[in-house]
Amino acid sequence: MIQIGSAQLWVHDQDEALEFYTKKVGMEIRSDVTVAELGNFRWLTVGAPGQDDVAVTLMAIPGPPVMDEQTAKEVRVLMAKGFAGTIFLVTDDCRAAYEEMRGRGVEFTEAPEERPYGIDCGFRDPSGNSLRLTEPREITSA
Amino acid sequence: MVFASRDRDLLRAKDLVDSRYFDPLEVADLARAAGFSRAHFSREFRRTFGESPHAYLLTRRMERAAALLRNTDRSVADICFDVGLQSVGSFTTSFTRTFGVSPTAYRAAFPKATDYARIPTCMLRAFGRPRNRTFREDTARALP
Repeated sequence: MIQIGSAQLWVHDQDEALEFYTKKVGMEIRSDVTVAELGNFRWLTVGAPGQDDVAVTLMAIPGPPVMDEQTAKEVRVLMAKGFAGTIFLVTDDCRAAYEEMRGRGVEFTEAPEERPYGIDCGFRDPSGNSLRLTEPREITSA
Repeated sequence: MVFASRDRDLLRAKDLVDSRYFDPLEVADLARAAGFSRAHFSREFRRTFGESPHAYLLTRRMERAAALLRNTDRSVADICFDVGLQSVGSFTTSFTRTFGVSPTAYRAAFPKATDYARIPTCMLRAFGRPRNRTFREDTARALP
């Protein structure tokens, strides 16, 4: 059996991302360690309370020798354009979560709307990464 | 049915503690979330869940703080703020009262967070590779 453990997201600034994903989105810190032997590489993960086995790794864009300057620049450009990736979150009350997060200063790109699969909305993190928040519709067999 | 509805309202306050313990929540905020007056709320919460809302909030914060002390190398002060508390002195007192040791002593009793953080091997390989300063191949090649 294969399960999802964690998925990685590039971020411009790990402290800023941590503040956003914990204080504004409501996730919690799972791991935050800095390894001096690896050039102060910081392994930083967050996850949703109550979902202990799945995490998002907030990864700083590295420099050489891990990533050459040109590639790092391209990653930054992709993030700024909103094409670096999307995280799809689910909730049991999209409209309430939207109001709550908007009150905390989250920058929404789309307000909650009815879709065939439920109600969803979209927002961005400070690095420009896209996030969707969906209240899935219960599928009933005809 | 009235009791079920009352319990559901109280559960809303308990859920708020579990999901927003890192905010500067107080019992008054929990009472408001449940739609109760402050005094009535504390009594009803205790009757339903067997402990006061203050105790539930504090122990949730202590549980999260203990996890952060084990799983991260964040400072004690950062962890205090991470779990919604504002005073490091009060945090240390509450933690010591709860676990019988100070936050620093608690952390020291476990392996270092970096020793058992689940950093994937691909990351260790990528970030552990030394930067190529000079091995003189380029210079050697440039010589006539």
